[in-house]
Amino acid sequence: MDFGPYLMLATLEGAVLAAVLALMASGLSLVFGVMRVVNVAHGEFYMLGAVFAWWVTSFVGGGPALAFVAALIFAPLIVGALAVLADITILKRLEYDPERTIVATIGLLYIMQQVTLMTYGADARPVVPPFNARLALPWLEWADGGLQVFWPWGLSITSYKLFVIIAAVIVLLGLRLMMTRSRIGLLMRASQLDSETAQAFGIPVERVYALVFGIGAALAALAGVLIVPIQQAHYLMGGDALLLSFIVVIIGGLGSLGGTIVAALLIGLSDGIISVFFSPTLAKIIATILVALVLVFRPQGLFGGRAR
Amino acid sequence: MSESGKVIFLHVGLVALLLALNFVLPAYHHGNIARVMVLASYAIGYNILLGYTGLLSLGHALFFAAGMYGMGLAIRHLGFSPAPALVMGVATGAAISAAIGALALRTSGVAFMIVTLMFAQAGYLTILLFGKWTRGDEGFVIQQAERILWGIDLSDANNRYLAALVLFAICLFASLYLVRHPVGRVFVAIRENEERAQLLGYNVFCYKLAAVVASGTISAAAGAVYGLLFGYAGATFATVQYSIFPLLWVLLGGMGTVIGPFLGAVFMFYLIDLSSGLTNAYMLIAGVALVLLTLFAPQGIAGEIRRRVWGWLP
Repeated sequence: MDFGPYLMLATLEGAVLAAVLALMASGLSLVFGVMRVVNVAHGEFYMLGAVFAWWVTSFVGGGPALAFVAALIFAPLIVGALAVLADITILKRLEYDPERTIVATIGLLYIMQQVTLMTYGADARPVVPPFNARLALPWLEWADGGLQVFWPWGLSITSYKLFVIIAAVIVLLGLRLMMTRSRIGLLMRASQLDSETAQAFGIPVERVYALVFGIGAALAALAGVLIVPIQQAHYLMGGDALLLSFIVVIIGGLGSLGGTIVAALLIGLSDGIISVFFSPTLAKIIATILVALVLVFRPQGLFGGRAR
Repeated sequence: MSESGKVIFLHVGLVALLLALNFVLPAYHHGNIARVMVLASYAIGYNILLGYTGLLSLGHALFFAAGMYGMGLAIRHLGFSPAPALVMGVATGAAISAAIGALALRTSGVAFMIVTLMFAQAGYLTILLFGKWTRGDEGFVIQQAERILWGIDLSDANNRYLAALVLFAICLFASLYLVRHPVGRVFVAIRENEERAQLLGYNVFCYKLAAVVASGTISAAAGAVYGLLFGYAGATFATVQYSIFPLLWVLLGGMGTVIGPFLGAVFMFYLIDLSSGLTNAYMLIAGVALVLLTLFAPQGIAGEIRRRVWGWLP
């Protein structure tokens, strides 16, 4: 393949990663924005989403499409409910103290990961995608003095990957509408701005927090369900995902949803492209150090406004 | 007995008890306690930062691994003998902790935790990247012939136990000395109220940097000795898990107490040791312990003892 088509393929693969990353990171960003809680267990919610997707699809009959739709609905619901439970039993009792909740969510991380290891096992298991047609993509090139369309061998994307990108865009638009237009979004924003005043105005802040934590986890789980037909479900898959979403949330500015999505695009696309040209380990090292430096020298993120 | 006398009696007593145990413990526990003493030294280093200065780092595995690899690589590739290699390990740890501290201390609270986590992760990946020299995840063995320090064969169980005890005693008394020294008092003042400490005219940044370097250097010493005593250096010791362990030990034992890291390390080591006989998901115990500790006993074991019985515990 020539350089041009190769780059386009890397970009497309990067766009899929960016879509999944945007979903996951916006969950993390939402929880941090509203509750001021850094949820270290977020990657495990993603992993649980993938594992529940495998579990649901292996129980539901009637073809891969129906099974996948069932997974798409039930896995985020189950994970969201688990997260609400964790919020009520643990985080609420810590009064959302930033440092103590980090330690508690590290504990939750190991609990979820290890319980999965004990029940689901150490194997990576696949989920059949609901549809997986191969779509060849055209490429334009100057040849014989004119612009010609041709179909390079290997330049293609599957319909499922396109679906992931579209699904992520729809969910993120829905999330944005919920935050800006609905009553519950208003309550969330009020709790974010000043939880004490919100409480004084009769907003049930604790219930809002529980809901936000649940939604955040459900977003991660949804990302997990979407990725599992591409990557297999494995009990350790949360670690890398967590690191990447941390990177995205920090670059985008802690707690800013718009910035998070821009950063997810940036990281997703550049990860696809960089890892084509460099060793992936080196790319990861550079990314991690850059992010740490962003947090040191520009804590409001590259796209965020001034921190309040 | 005066308070000072009680304090010295307790800590000297602990070291004497550990020395006596050397002669009575069965082989299996003898090996375990030797390991625990080195890990407890690591926890003592961590405690200086978390317990006394109030800074929660999620990246101490970087310092532990810096000591281990600084020592191990010097032996493996530069042909150092153990004594200069140990110095090399400790110096590497001190240098890296100074650099990381200077950067990370520009942030505070949650950002400090994430920055330390990120730097440690970058360190871990760097070890994998240079797999040609470090042998990556697989790690490398330090041969018995390379582990003879001043004519003492450290691969022998008895010598290993005593060497671990020497390291532990040095770290324990250094930490005891530090927290009773005026510098340690300033650390505590920063933990309690950073702005007030600044208002009193202390250069808070310098003191915090000193705390990071002291903490990182002790952790590196523990890492270097661990590699030398057990003859192995591997990238596992640089993973996030090894940053979480000292946090767990210190929280369990009681942060801000000199004896707490040791108590936490012993309890957690045996808890995980017992459970790993039952299941391979032994980290579950660590997770449950972390959640329960933050919920019900933020003071840890020694913290509870101090609150209920011995108010003088340093």
